[in-house]
Parts: sequence; C-alpha cells; structure tokens
Amino acid sequence: MSKTLLDIKDLVVEFPSRHGDVIAAKDVCLSVASGEILGVVGESGAGKSTIGNAVMGLLERPGRVGGGEVFLDGEKISGKSQVEMRKIRGKRIGMIFQDPLTSLNPLETIAKQLIGTIQTHLGFNDAEARERAISLLDQVGIPNPSERVDHYPHQFSGGMRQRVVIALALCAEPEVILADEPTTALDVSIQAQILDLLRKLVREKGVGMIIITHDMGVIAEVADRVAVMYRGVVVETGPTAKILGNPDHPYSRSLISAVPRPDVRLHRFPMVESIEAAGERKELDLSTHWLGKVRDFGQNEGSLLKVDNLEMVFKTGGMFGSGSSVVRAVDDVSFDIRHGECFGIVGESGSGKSTIARLVTSIYKSAGGSINFAGTDLTKIKKRKELNVHRRQMQMIFQDPFSSVNARMRVRDIIAEPIRFHKLASSEAETRQIVDDLLDHVGLGAKAAVKYPHEFSGGQRQRISIARALATRPRFLICDEPTSALDVSIQAQILNLLKDLQDELGLTMMFISHDLPVIRQMCDRVGVMSKGKMVEIAETEELFVAPKHDYSKHLISLMPSYTGLMNKESNHAEAGQAEAS
Amino acid sequence: MFKFVSMRLLQSIVVMLVVGLIAFGLFRFVGDPINNMVGQDTTLAEREALTESLGLNDPFLVQYGRFVSNAVQGDFGMSYRLRQPVSGLIAERFPATLELSLISAFLALALGVPMGIYTALKPKSIITRGFMTLSLMGVSLPTFLIGILLILFFGVTLRWLPTFGRGEVIDLGWWSTGFLTASGLKSLILPAITLAIFQMTLIVRLVRAEMLEVLRTDYIKFAHARGLSPRLINFSIALRNTLVPVITIIGLQVGSIIAFAIITESVFQWPGMGLLFIQAVSEVDIPVMAAYLLLIAFVFVVINLVVDILYFVVDPRLRVQS
Repeated sequence: MSKTLLDIKDLVVEFPSRHGDVIAAKDVCLSVASGEILGVVGESGAGKSTIGNAVMGLLERPGRVGGGEVFLDGEKISGKSQVEMRKIRGKRIGMIFQDPLTSLNPLETIAKQLIGTIQTHLGFNDAEARERAISLLDQVGIPNPSERVDHYPHQFSGGMRQRVVIALALCAEPEVILADEPTTALDVSIQAQILDLLRKLVREKGVGMIIITHDMGVIAEVADRVAVMYRGVVVETGPTAKILGNPDHPYSRSLISAVPRPDVRLHRFPMVESIEAAGERKELDLSTHWLGKVRDFGQNEGSLLKVDNLEMVFKTGGMFGSGSSVVRAVDDVSFDIRHGECFGIVGESGSGKSTIARLVTSIYKSAGGSINFAGTDLTKIKKRKELNVHRRQMQMIFQDPFSSVNARMRVRDIIAEPIRFHKLASSEAETRQIVDDLLDHVGLGAKAAVKYPHEFSGGQRQRISIARALATRPRFLICDEPTSALDVSIQAQILNLLKDLQDELGLTMMFISHDLPVIRQMCDRVGVMSKGKMVEIAETEELFVAPKHDYSKHLISLMPSYTGLMNKESNHAEAGQAEAS
Repeated sequence: MFKFVSMRLLQSIVVMLVVGLIAFGLFRFVGDPINNMVGQDTTLAEREALTESLGLNDPFLVQYGRFVSNAVQGDFGMSYRLRQPVSGLIAERFPATLELSLISAFLALALGVPMGIYTALKPKSIITRGFMTLSLMGVSLPTFLIGILLILFFGVTLRWLPTFGRGEVIDLGWWSTGFLTASGLKSLILPAITLAIFQMTLIVRLVRAEMLEVLRTDYIKFAHARGLSPRLINFSIALRNTLVPVITIIGLQVGSIIAFAIITESVFQWPGMGLLFIQAVSEVDIPVMAAYLLLIAFVFVVINLVVDILYFVVDPRLRVQS
C-alpha cells in the first residue's frame, strides 16, 4: 500500500446564519494515497464541494471549519493562516474546477497565466518558466504547445481549455489534486479524453486525486475508491466495485439504482425517496376528466410527424457580408415519428438537436424541407392563427427548470396561461379546477397553485413545466434535455412521470438528450445527430447492441461501462444470504 | 484592427454628417437669418439682395453641402450677437473648458478608481462605509449647490481661493493656458473639484459594482486555488477584467464633463464654451449654438473612437475576428 497523502479527519464545516449554524459537512473522514483516485459522489447540496474548499482554506464567508483536522503528508494543514495556506495551494495541492470556459482569465495569454503560477511557486526566471509552461501543455496533450502557449483562452475549445486548467493545476508538481466536477461541462467524447488524461497523470506522477462528482459514470471510469455523501455526511466509503456493485447503505443503494442503466432497458426507474419526496400523484379518471377528453384526433396509424430534407442555416459574422460564414445547423435531416412512440434524438452539443425541436415547433423558420404534422405541412402555413391550431397539439419541455417558467407569475397562472390563450375551458372556475387537477396529476398537489416558482426545487419546477405542457391537451410532447439539469434521483422521478403520462394519455414524444443511458430507458427509436446531419436512425435496442454508423459506434463506445453496477436481484439475494448466515 | 478602426471612422463620419444636418436645420428653419442680420429700416430689395448673396435661395442640398464644407474648414459663420466669426469665439473659449474638464476628469479617475477598488476589496471596513456614504451625497447633491457651498466656504469665509474667472492666463500661440500662473492654478481648484465630485462618485460606485462581480468569478477562485498572491489576483487579474466595461462609461463621462460643464462654468463665471453657449441660447445666437452642437458631437465621436480602440487593447477576445 502506498503512503497516505491527504488525510481528512472528522472535518466539520458550518455556515452560521440567523437561524443557527447550518452544518454543511459533518465528521467527514476521507483519505487518499499516492497514485490513487478517490471519488466523492453525491447529489447537489450533499456538501461535496464544501469539503474541497475547506481543505484548500477557500471556504466562502461566512463558512468556517468547525472541527476536525486535515493532514497533508503527515503535516497538519488545517488551522493554518491564509499566508501559510498560499504556499500549499497550487504548490502542494492543485485544484481543477468544473467549467473550463470560466476558469481562465480571459484577458491574459495561457503563457502569462502559466508563467505567473510557476514563478509564484518555483522562483524560475522567465525563460525557464516559459519552457516549463510549454512542457506542461505538452504533458496534458495540447498539440503544438510552443505556439499555442501564446494564445488566449477563447482561442481554445472547451476540452482544450480544461487541459489548460489541468496544466495550471500541475504547475508546481502538487502531491494532491482536487478535481471538482472536472468533466461535467464537457461532451461525452471530450469527457472520456479528460478522464484518460487524469488517470494517466495520477499513475505516472504518483499524485493522489480526489474527484468530486455527481456522475456515477465518471466514478465508474476512474475512481479506485468511492465515498458516498448525503446531506454533509459520508455514508459509505469503499472500493469502487463494491460501492457500485453491492453498497451497504440504503442511500447509496437507492442512488445507484436511480442511475439510468446503459445495458438493460427497465420499465420504470426504481424510486429514490431519500432526497426529495417523490410527490404523491393523485390519479385522475381520464375517461371522464377534461384532460382525457378529445384525445381522439382521428387518424392514429402511421406517422404523426414526418420531417423531410429539413435544412437550417445560421449566418454569423460580417455586418456587410464580408467575412460572414454560414453554419449548417440542420443539414438535410429526414425522420418520422409514429403515433404513440417515443423518438429519441441523441448527439453532442452543437449537433443540431435543439434546433430541430425549434423548427418543428415553428420557433425557427426552416431554410428548406418540409415538416408534416398530422398530415399538414407546417412550413407552408403562413397565418399565425392557423399555426396555433397545430401548435396547441404539440408542447415543449425545456432543459433549464429555472429560466423556463416565468418567475413573476403564480404557478396557477403559469399553467392556466395556455388554457386561456387557446380558450380550452368554458369558465374561469373550470380553468382553476383543471389547473388544480393537473398539479395533482403531476404529483405537486393543488396547493402549489398559489405559490411562485422560486419556492420550488429544480425537479418540482420541471413538474410545473410538464403540467403547463399538458394544459393544452397536446398529442405530441417535445422534451429537450428535460432532466440534464437535475440530480439523478430527481431525474428518475421525472422520467417515470413522463413514461406514465405517455401511457395514460397516449402521447407521442420526441425526446432529445445527450445522455445515452437515458435515451435507452426512454425511447423506442433513436436518431443519432452529428454536425447537423442525422447519421443513423434505428430501433433503440438495435442501436445499442449493433450500431451501424461509425459515429454511433464511437458514441456508444464512450458510454461509461458500469462494470459490476449493482445487479439488483442477484446482489440483494447474496447480501440477504450473507446477513442470514 | 485596421479594418475595424477604418469601419469605425466611416461610421463616425456618418454620425457627424447627421449632426451637421440638425445643426444646419437650426440655421435654416429656426427663425429667419436675414431678420437677425438686418435692421428695422432695410428695404425689401436690400433684403432680397442679401438673401441672394448669402445663397439662401439655393436648393436645400446645395446649402447643406456648403454648410458642411465651410464647417470642415472651420467656418461657422458670424455670431449674430457679437458680430464676430464663431470659429474665433470658440477657439478663444475652448482652451478654458478643455483645461477645466481634463483636470476634473483626472481628479475623478485618480480618486474614484482607487476608492472603487478599495470599497470592493474591503466591503465591511469602516472606511468603505464612509466612502459609500460620501458617494451617495456626491451623487445626490446638485452640482451648482456643491459649487456654491465651496465658494461660500473657501472663497468667502476662508478667503483662500478665488471664486470666479480663470485668473491670469498666458497665451501659447492660439492656446491660452491657466496652468502656468499661480492665480490661474488657484482659480482652477474650486471649479475642477465641483465638476469632478459627481463624476467621481459615479466612478466609485461603478468600479465597486464591477469589481465585486469579477471577484465572484471562477477564474478568480481558480487563481486563489493556485496560490497566487492576493496582490497579483486583485490588481492584475481582477482590475483588468473590471476595467473592460468601466471604460465605456468613463469615456462617455469624460465626454459629458466637456459638454455639460455649463452649470459649473455659470456658477464660477468660468470663461469657457458652456458660458458662451448659455449666452447664445438666451440671445438666440444660432450660429454659435450650431457650432457648439457640432463641436460637442465631434468630442463624443472622438471619445467613442478612443474607447473602441482601448477595448481592442484591453480585451483580446475582440482582436481575433472569429
């Protein structure tokens, strides 16, 4: 066993407030040895990042360390002054942040930022520091480093910037690296590269690394050991295979069961009750209720939506046409969605997924091609009124639950707005009744109607969005990354809700996501997007088992493989036997 | 870079032509210029001849063209009131206003920016609270009141400083300066402070707000996590990022110091353009007003150009046209 580098003992972090101290971390014990990667996993608010900041002495005021000790290579570093901590930060403990787009000073070249850090810690002269800067960039895999070093951050892509951030963290050869959600802001293929890089650095340099993340996939890929955090407490620590495959603590167990499985399709996600009450749904009798009425739109066979040769072009640059360039956001895309199915669109950021959703809902005007919805070509419709008849039948659920509902309206008005706009209810009293029923139906409860959106969590707001989408009695629902801003347990709840609603109301869905396991759980058929083109359309199972197009193969191969991810039936049986014997 | 600057220059010329059109419109449509020039007993024939000789019967565009070409050569016609060439009047007054404006802009920046930084870095200190209270007073007290209070205290009660005029000036070619005599410098103090106080308080609040914003960003957090010294973080990284948006506002403020020194100039009887303008307004001296309008527009256009170029220097993201 290699030596322990960072040892956190009984760490307590508290945030004093008017209503007494809020304990953000309680009696946390963690340790990491050289050449080892410790994963710290938990949902938002679990206190993961707080621990990293506390170790670095970077807690934001009024937060403070209320107890416990931190040892770095046997030396006690907790309780040191800021001046002493500055000699440890960057030099002995490096830190990597989540968002590479905002972690670098936009006004200085990479060289200047690297050299400044190198000189602060190592006292090199300019030429030596520059040489080291270039060799660091080379180590983190930036091609042509002697030239790239003089570029500014905005001249690098997101993945490259994260490499620069890593180079900055490595400037003074730290013994320990804290990586706080190092790949959360990156696309899957970039994520895989960055994780590879981190693992390589740890093995080669013998540093100890703590990776803080909410993403089980990341943990499964790189971590040697895992600590699961829940409300400021480490509930369980152990080897990765053990925690992912056979966790002891009930919270770890439910957290891991909520992770969408990439390998097998389940009918429903197991529920996690630990973080947020799932919300009791009061089922409505749809055969008599307003929501269930007029569900018969006539024809129910064949395709509901048929998109042919769809084109969308964005122009950028020059005001006078000089130096302008054209981006083909959607390039000759054709697909169809059958009645009652869930059609997935998967791809990396910038591949044109969301643009398609906006074209279908006529938010954008297409540059070519046709969009046939229930037998009508929407691109041919000129009059807004006529378009609204069709728009009523299709509704959208957006990614960000915080900006997609009007913060200044009560929930009742948010949901009643489409009913009033399309004049779907005969009276105001009926509208109110419908809103209350909808809230019950999505599991928020009718009491939510008089509140404002800020009183709800992300998952609850997404339920508001869903209720609003249902308020026009649509037949077609477009979900644009509906759960990617949510924690995994909340994601499981929302996805279950969407599945239930689809079954009850016979909805047809277009489900856009970058997350392959989620797609596998939700969709019947999938279209894979790359650079504005739809490169493959296949039945979901077929795509995951035998992808045809090279890009699909590439995407599927990058999907985190949860080796030994808890196999519920067998492991539970084993655990039960172990206890019994 | 060159393309960018030349684009901006072109746009500036368009702006100046439009302002010129408005200034010319003043001439042409506000009142009758002939009435302003001739006496009561001029005959109709004489008026006709004068109209013809001044080219007032020519088509509109021809007259506008002539106005522009004259203005470019510095000829704004004769002042109705003083019967002197407007360009001469302006040239006489311009140095006074510019000296006053530059000194007060310098004061506002030299005091305002450090105060803004201090209040952002030490948000809880007593000095910060003092600065913020003072700046609130500075923003809310009207300029003329500050001027009068200063005159009352330093001029009348203590008798330390002169309360009106420029003092002795020395002519350097066409430029008359008050910088080189003791009385000139002493006369400058009160009006410069009066003019600077409002701008300064504005700059304090602006710099503070921007800096607080920047201090919350990830790259500042990351800089701390790399163990860089607070001095480097605060003054090299944070300050430069703070200045990007602040430059625009400060540029416009400097413009408005020059353009709207009017009140201060009236209070202190400062012989600058503002005073000239006020007198021109009260006497409907249209050529002077038109020239003033053009000049101020020119000042703003130049300042905006400088601000744009400064942006280029400070922010590398604008340099590379992607």
